Amino acid sequence: MSPEDWRKQKRDITVMISLGLLIVMAFVLSMNTGFIRLSPLDTLRTLFGGGTAKEELILFDFRLPRIVISVLIGAGLAVSGCIMQGISRNALADPGILGINAGAGLVVLLFVAIYPTTEAAPVFMLPILAWIGAGLTAALIFSLSYKRHKGLLPTRLLLTGIAVAAGISAATIVLTLRISPEKYQFVATWMAGSIWGTNWNFVLALLPFIAVLLPFVFCKARMMNVLNLGEANAIALGARVSREQIVLLMAAVGLAGSCVAVSGGIGFVGLIGPHVARRLVGPKHQVLLPTSALTGSLMVIVADMLGRLILQPSEIPVGIIVAIIGAPYFLYLLARPSS
Amino acid sequence: MNLKQQDEDVKTVSLSSRPWAATIILVGGVIALLLSIGFSVSFGAADIKFIAVWEAVFHNNPDLTQHQIIQELRLPRVLGAAMVGTSFAVAGAIMQGMTRNPLADSGLLGLNAGAGFALALCFAFFPGLPFLFLILYSFLGAGLGAGLVYGIGSMVRGGLTPLRLVLAGAAVSALLSALSEGIALYFHIGQDLAFWYAGGIAGTNWLQLKIMFPWVLAAVFGAIILSRSITMLSLGDELAKGLGLRSGTVKLAGTIIVLILAGAAVSVVGAVGFVGLIIPHLTRKLVGVDYRLIIPCSAVLGALLVVCADLAARMVNPPYETPLGALVALIGVPFFLYISRKEGRGL
Repeated sequence: MSPEDWRKQKRDITVMISLGLLIVMAFVLSMNTGFIRLSPLDTLRTLFGGGTAKEELILFDFRLPRIVISVLIGAGLAVSGCIMQGISRNALADPGILGINAGAGLVVLLFVAIYPTTEAAPVFMLPILAWIGAGLTAALIFSLSYKRHKGLLPTRLLLTGIAVAAGISAATIVLTLRISPEKYQFVATWMAGSIWGTNWNFVLALLPFIAVLLPFVFCKARMMNVLNLGEANAIALGARVSREQIVLLMAAVGLAGSCVAVSGGIGFVGLIGPHVARRLVGPKHQVLLPTSALTGSLMVIVADMLGRLILQPSEIPVGIIVAIIGAPYFLYLLARPSS
Repeated sequence: MNLKQQDEDVKTVSLSSRPWAATIILVGGVIALLLSIGFSVSFGAADIKFIAVWEAVFHNNPDLTQHQIIQELRLPRVLGAAMVGTSFAVAGAIMQGMTRNPLADSGLLGLNAGAGFALALCFAFFPGLPFLFLILYSFLGAGLGAGLVYGIGSMVRGGLTPLRLVLAGAAVSALLSALSEGIALYFHIGQDLAFWYAGGIAGTNWLQLKIMFPWVLAAVFGAIILSRSITMLSLGDELAKGLGLRSGTVKLAGTIIVLILAGAAVSVVGAVGFVGLIIPHLTRKLVGVDYRLIIPCSAVLGALLVVCADLAARMVNPPYETPLGALVALIGVPFFLYISRKEGRGL
């Protein structure tokens, strides 16, 4: 290993460790903030079992699951976006813009509209349903933007994605008007991108997907580097391009779908997480993928915390905060001469 | 570009504009529009015979329930639909001509979201604002959305490709609708806003029409006056300048017209996209590239589309109404895909 590589590796590790530390800090801060404030000392005391019953209830039953979910969906969405940007070789791809979130959301919404209550049994069903919705949407978009001999056409992918997203939101509007006002409030909050599943069941429902898919994708990092060279080069290097693309895409869809089931339509994390990560560590997927996961988690924790802080006592859904920060960043990326 | 080439360009332009087709569309379109308006008025939760419709319009007797339904509910609604269709279609035609972008449409470029955002603000902070002010604010909102998209566009070196324009529009729409959603959730006006977005046309009343009509009429006339210059712009900035066109002035006037049309339409019907995309395309296919023909024909066909879509929205699943915007999107999305495939090759 040349000294330069060595320096680069050291830098990457520093970046990841500092991101990790930032997440821990945000984690602790986030535990303190909310309608009822707990001081850092109280939080620590409660964490180690010395708190009052009320403090324990707030921390263990409300805040902690929510923060853990923020970390998970942030990582899931950002890695999903990173895969999509890699496969389509388009820096502006993301599950939200491509309409995959919307597809997952529509299926979940259908279920909520039909199912009598919004709680109880369906928790474990939701990620699977969202999976199905996301998968169908992705299949539709990719079949429309795939051309034989040329592979995926990145431009067409984006345009198709935007159109499909518009169609799905039209269907969603039809559906939301049919449901009762109580369900509507729930669905509207959910669609705006709110972490609504604030109990451990949701963590358990989401965790297997993240825990299986993230390591799997990390193992595929080398393959993604190869795919990034373009279809022809990748084939020349002996990669089975179509198969790898489909496998990776399924992983991306799985991640996005299961995250959307608990968090609703949080857009832009999948776009901005990987972008910031690429600025920090460069384009090699071995480091880019884990760094994306970290930046995504950090973004969602901070956005969720801000959402609870800004308009107390009511909450702003994370998705809205992320869009308000994310959309200008997206526009900035678009306006940059090089992109 | 040499002289011969230019000559040929001009020739193809005059060859590919088809006044006879435009005449057929205008005459046939107006007849079809009148028929569908008549049909739309007579059809509904209570079916009313055509003769009764005729009498209600020309010999109105306020004591009869049927005449009241027609006068107070059906007629303003269907006229509102026609006006909105005209507005969206003409706005789309001007945008496509000025930007030479086949994918320009007020829904895609953030104008509708901007107007929606302004209206969310109005609903939240000044409930019960008179309609005149709602219209004014939605002009401002549409201007905000357009300003953002074009502002971004002007920062990009080499101008906006269709893809970038659509992406910028999508991002601006996402931003503005996130803000509106936040406001809606905080003030608990979500479902009001959604109903208004989805099916504002059902509640159209005479007052709204009276306020809207002069604006729309003036803007459509302005568009027709401007149409010759828009044709030149659509041939390219170079050629337009060569023909002695002050393109800056034309673009400014065109933009103001677009804002008035989109703002007025959104304030009545909510964020209905795709009308401004489909109709001008279809019209250009039929009558050629001369905007003196495209704009009036788009106006008629746009009105026809929205009146028919509104009628269909009532027929799909009676007695419920399917939101107009959703119905148009169902036609619009495949159409968008088709255009982006066909004309987006050079992106």
